Amino acid sequence: MSELVIETHQLTKRYGNFTAVDSLNLAVRKGEVYGMLGPNGSGKTTTILMLLGLTEPTAGRIRVLGFDPVRQPLSVKARVGYLPDAVGFYDNLTATENLIYIAKLNGINRTEAYHRIDEALERVGLSHVANHKVSTFSRGMRQRLGVAELLIKQPEIIIMDEPTLGLDPEAARQFLQMIRELKEEHITILLSSHLLHQVQEVCDRVGLFHKGRIVLEGTVNELAQRVLGGAYRVKLQAEGDKQKLAEALQTLPGVVNLHYNGTNGSGEIILETTQDLRPEAARAVVEAGGRLQTLSVENPSLDEIYAQYFEEVDHGAAN
Amino acid sequence: MAQQIKQPTTIQPAQSRQQVAHRTREGSPWTGLWAVVAKDMADHLTSARMRILEFLILLTAGGTVIAAMQNIRSTVAQDRFVFLRLFTTAQEPLPAFVGFLGFLVPLIAIALAFDAVNGEFNQRTMSRVLAQPIYRDALLLGKFLAGLFTLALVLTAIWLLIMGMGILGLGVPPTGEEVARSLLFLVVTIFYGGIWLALALVFSTVFRQPATAALASIAVWLFFTIFWGIIARLLAQAIRPIEVGTVQEVISQTTLLQILNRISPNTLYVEATVGLLLPATRSFGLVLPSQLQGAILGAPLPLGESVALIWPHLTGLVAVTILLFALAYVLFQRQEIRA
Ligand SMILES: Nc1ncnc2c1ncn2[C@@H]1O[C@H](COP(=O)(O)OP(=O)(O)OP(=O)(O)O)[C@@H](O)[C@H]1O
Ligand SMILES: [Mg+2]
Repeated sequence: MSELVIETHQLTKRYGNFTAVDSLNLAVRKGEVYGMLGPNGSGKTTTILMLLGLTEPTAGRIRVLGFDPVRQPLSVKARVGYLPDAVGFYDNLTATENLIYIAKLNGINRTEAYHRIDEALERVGLSHVANHKVSTFSRGMRQRLGVAELLIKQPEIIIMDEPTLGLDPEAARQFLQMIRELKEEHITILLSSHLLHQVQEVCDRVGLFHKGRIVLEGTVNELAQRVLGGAYRVKLQAEGDKQKLAEALQTLPGVVNLHYNGTNGSGEIILETTQDLRPEAARAVVEAGGRLQTLSVENPSLDEIYAQYFEEVDHGAAN
Repeated sequence: MAQQIKQPTTIQPAQSRQQVAHRTREGSPWTGLWAVVAKDMADHLTSARMRILEFLILLTAGGTVIAAMQNIRSTVAQDRFVFLRLFTTAQEPLPAFVGFLGFLVPLIAIALAFDAVNGEFNQRTMSRVLAQPIYRDALLLGKFLAGLFTLALVLTAIWLLIMGMGILGLGVPPTGEEVARSLLFLVVTIFYGGIWLALALVFSTVFRQPATAALASIAVWLFFTIFWGIIARLLAQAIRPIEVGTVQEVISQTTLLQILNRISPNTLYVEATVGLLLPATRSFGLVLPSQLQGAILGAPLPLGESVALIWPHLTGLVAVTILLFALAYVLFQRQEIRA
């Protein structure tokens, strides 16, 4: 399935002389979870606001579910759920009352609204505090209430800006689980985050924003290939002739790089590879007369990709 | 895929609609208006702030009307418009009820709107609400109407209370004209509140701090209540000085003074009140805000003529309200929604 539900073409937003979003071409497919990464001020929130028609683009074209958010904001906003960063609720109202207001603004009739609200609160685990004032809610509870709000809207697309910010590890884990469940319902999800391992866990594709542009895009493995060279790391420990082992491993097809972990001779050998090369590496060790002690593979981490990419950028900028 | 997505065909009609709605915005700007009005009104009516103000206005209404009734009973009870005197009679040391309203209504209106827009930003609910299928137009107008309706509700309740006290205390029912005049007075009072509501709305859009917005609104109100009269007099004396002392000079200065005074919504309100509640009023030439009662001789004007007399005041009040609302609208449309 590759129907595009979000599409921007040369999207640009300027604040005075400052270009916050610069000729951005973003394409999100139906049903995928797309992660927006990038340093502070790289234009993620600005892009999201333009997708929702909350900020007018300076130039460029946007299509969200075939609608133009500038001309048809109501159609877009009726079908897209938005969870802003630092989501706020009316403190003087209860959880249910807050949701009823949103249901009314969406033109959902009363009985249907109550039905959906009960269901949504149940799903996010807030049923027991449905009639408590939101002023008594913790950060995590507010965040979950935000998800409940998304649920009652029954959107086709959900956009979340730093949704796991400030959540404890368990709450964040639950939150990611919720995102996976939504994905199973074929809802397209666009989320921005700085927590790279979380993004890596749930996102099908990620886009790396830098100075208002997407500088890297693809699956985590694709990015790793491009930035780190290898996408996988095969780690092994073996006894035998270091020289011979290294030669045998290095010549395996798919090995991009070989280095040692630690300085002494007993260190691990780390292979950066384009695929999971564990069987091939094991055979090579044996054929080279070595004795394999440990063997493991590590998927590339987004953290590393991110760090490596910006190291290169900084390096490039320094020259 | 196993599960069907609910609206798979929306993209087709959307594209055809796109061509039609190429220039104009899609849908009504007032979508969701009543949801906003209902929510904000409920907030107002349950807020502690409103409770205090309701208590205050109840107290003044009760106090002034009881005092007025004592006064009315002790004087000649031959007045055709004895019910209207419930509103306008002052009994030392209390001023008349309309005098109180002149500053209570702005106070209530400001209290209803000074945190209307910035409150949403501060609670970080603005972006969440505007991400629903409504325009900013509906949100702003909804907030204004919620304030206006709340004000109308409170004032109508007070009006009913006063009429009820009048029937019990005076032992006669009001005449049709008395009811009509006092109802018109109620309408004028609500419109007068509209100005301060719109003003507070402007400041709540400009300032992120509700306290700043409240202070700015009160500053404007104080300026018109206390200082504008003095400034207007100084201006009139400077522009149209009385050098020789001819009647012409005096008239021209008085006319200018009147025009200047009417820049203040307070003057407009007081004059409109006088025109409605003191049926003998034929012109506002020499009536000053402090001289609400007495001093007017002659037969009462028919209702139609009284209304014609205060019509410019009424339109003036509405026009200023609309201008201020438009200003708030423009400011709000330009605001970045990031909270
Ligand atoms: N109203 C504004 N006026 C001027 N500059 C602005 C305005 N709003 C945003 N910017 C600038 O636009 C840039 C992009 O901001 P944006 O909020 O999109 O970044 P972001 O990628 O979401 O960052 P973060 O990760 O910190 O949330 C920032 O440098 C910011 O200073
Ligand atoms: Mg941001």
